[in-house]
Amino acid sequence: MSRFQVVSGKGGTGKTTVAAALALALATEGRRTLLVEVEGRQGIAQLFESDALPYEERRIAVAPGGGEVHALAIDAERALLDYLQMFYKLGSAGRALKKLGAIDFATTIAPGVRDVLLTGKACEAVRRKDKQGRFVYDYVIMDAPPTGRITRFLNVNDEVAGLARIGPIHNQAQAVMRVLKSPETAVHLVTLLEEMPVQETADGIAELRAAELPVGRVVVNMVRPHLLDEDALRTASGGRRKEIAKTLTRAGVKGSAALVRPLVEQAAEHAQRVGLEREQRAVLAGLGLPLAELPLISEGVTPAALNELAEEFRKQGVGDESADAAGQTPGGGNRRGSAGGVVGS
Amino acid sequence: MTPITDVMPGLETDALLDDPGIRIVVCCGSGGVGKTTTAAALGVRAAERGRKVVVLTIDPARRLAQSMGIDRLDNVPRRVEGIEGEGELHAMMLDMKRTFDETVEAHTDAERARAILENPFYQSLSAGFAGTQEYMAMEKLGQLRARDEWDLIVVDTPPSRSALDFLDAPKRLGSFLDGKFIRLLIAPAKIGGRAGMKFLNVGMSMMTGTLGKLLGGQFLRDVQTFVAAMDSMFGGFRTRADATYKLLQAPGTAFLVVATPERDALREAAYFVERLAAEEMPLAGLVLNRVHGSEAARLSEERALAAAENLEAVGIVDQTAGKAGLGDPADPVAATSPEAPESRLSPERSNDPAPEPPQQEPPSHDRTSRSPEPHSSGRKSANLSVPPTQTEADTDVASVADETSADVSVEQLTAGLLRLHAERMQVVAREQHTRDRFTAHHPEVPVTEVAALPGDVHDLSGLRAVGELLATGSAQA
Repeated sequence: MSRFQVVSGKGGTGKTTVAAALALALATEGRRTLLVEVEGRQGIAQLFESDALPYEERRIAVAPGGGEVHALAIDAERALLDYLQMFYKLGSAGRALKKLGAIDFATTIAPGVRDVLLTGKACEAVRRKDKQGRFVYDYVIMDAPPTGRITRFLNVNDEVAGLARIGPIHNQAQAVMRVLKSPETAVHLVTLLEEMPVQETADGIAELRAAELPVGRVVVNMVRPHLLDEDALRTASGGRRKEIAKTLTRAGVKGSAALVRPLVEQAAEHAQRVGLEREQRAVLAGLGLPLAELPLISEGVTPAALNELAEEFRKQGVGDESADAAGQTPGGGNRRGSAGGVVGS
Repeated sequence: MTPITDVMPGLETDALLDDPGIRIVVCCGSGGVGKTTTAAALGVRAAERGRKVVVLTIDPARRLAQSMGIDRLDNVPRRVEGIEGEGELHAMMLDMKRTFDETVEAHTDAERARAILENPFYQSLSAGFAGTQEYMAMEKLGQLRARDEWDLIVVDTPPSRSALDFLDAPKRLGSFLDGKFIRLLIAPAKIGGRAGMKFLNVGMSMMTGTLGKLLGGQFLRDVQTFVAAMDSMFGGFRTRADATYKLLQAPGTAFLVVATPERDALREAAYFVERLAAEEMPLAGLVLNRVHGSEAARLSEERALAAAENLEAVGIVDQTAGKAGLGDPADPVAATSPEAPESRLSPERSNDPAPEPPQQEPPSHDRTSRSPEPHSSGRKSANLSVPPTQTEADTDVASVADETSADVSVEQLTAGLLRLHAERMQVVAREQHTRDRFTAHHPEVPVTEVAALPGDVHDLSGLRAVGELLATGSAQA
């Protein structure tokens, strides 16, 4: 199982929720994960019902078996200042740079620099070790930009190498790229069983592959349970309205005659939706990637619901393989052997 | 003018689209709420009500472009065929690089334009900078408006990390392009020459030196040449960014905030409503997409469930209960599994005609123990649709129905309908709750609701149908 798990997806598919559930799933049995966000939305804090995250790693949840999820909202500006401090001991000059708009320039205007800083910080956390030489985090999970921008976001090398051909930013881009294109990384795409998100997922996978970025799973989110055998229902209910009306009355429903038509229509709509979902599922199956599914949490995602989703991930084998991977943590040996195919071809 | 009144009203979509004073409609909202579809549907409706409309989309899904009969939307407005009546619909998709190039070409002489277009910094900026799309969307809007060829422009906004980026990005780029930092990059000596600025200048060269080290000297030189070449245009950029911003505040503009009745989308919508007010931008209302309703709403969730249980208690239904009652704690299949609450997902998967790609991890205890259970319940329901035994077939059952309906008893059927209805009522209640919370904070915002459609929009008539819903959805608001 790759140690850097990047979660992307079309807007509205719930990628922050999926990233959080994944971070919990991977943190079980005493492991430690870091969940990072890069878009300044404080989505993680909202999800875990905590205060806004500072630019500082802090524990945000405890997983079953004593594991810990830590969280960090990466801020490009702070990352740059840290970085300058680390390499140049800038001190107060950093503040002066900020006043002039230089930091703003470097983090928001200069193409790609912002992305290098954000992915760079995450990669630093992936590779960070403690004094005993063990990885500080077993996994780093990133709530990444949406599918439409993910390839460009991760493919910092292309963006930056052409511009900054030498210097630390260039070197940083190279180092980040080495991690991102290795089996240490897996990019997961979150989708719904609807046409547009599925199409966007397929396009996103093609783009990621073209850029040689390792694609992980497709996570189908907000899957609604099928309450009925919809085929049987659709075909049967149409012609049996009188019977249904009688049965409704028998079951204690008043005014059943007027209810039959809307009830049957609802069943037809449901059947149509299920049919469309089936088509989309076939498209997803054709992508040749492992799938995972998470159910719709209709009451809204609470921290308790996140635990349920994490449990669902574990039941589908996400994070199972990690048990032995975590055992190898000291020294950080080659993890490919135990990764078990989570990293796509 | 926008149809805002003192009383909490519904959003009068048609009145908005018919108002000759309205020249721009901006659709904004968070990702995945159906902004682009809404913009296209508004365009179709306005055109069919006689206006000459252009729809500017930012990043339409392929199917949406096709739904307007255009395989490839590009940076030039193309006329959409099949619009009924006197009006016209044109559609285009923003090509940010093209738009940036055209802007450069339009505002400087040929030689200088070439120097800019060939500059590596410019090339990255025009193709990749996170705010360029937003800036260029506004630039394009300004251009379309200036051409005055259309009497209504419907704009979709970019899929930003925050729905508000398109308001901020132009300012940011504008202030960068004529900010002091960039001036400094081109001419540190000029500033340093002035009395009293010497000290500052030392700081400056240290900083440009640092940036040079950080980014590489080449990069800085590219920026410097770029800035020097763009110098003559700076004023222009700023002026146009300001002009577009003013255009958005003008009474001829109407903002529609698009959302779905979900917590996150409506939270973003509320934020947007407040922000528009702060910027004095005219908000026409909220479009609430994918709203569920029920014509059988007088049958409550509780009563539907109770009735379903009544029927299932009769005993005939136990076979389907595994399917119809998944997730029900009393359900015999689910009850055997310690994983009852989650197991409802699995039957569907095993039922799926499309082979699921194997989960490629090595088999583990967990996995093998999990598999058989969902399969068994899945098979059970699959059997439902096999043997056509005619015995129960109703006289008026259509022939197609015979294959499947035969062994579905009317109790099973009715219980299924009731459970489905209960689920629907639950969704309706949740959406209503989310919506009420929004209205409590923003009672002044007119709302129109668009009912959830089972499938995606594929063609003009689909867009027309959405337009109809947009126009009539304020009735229940």
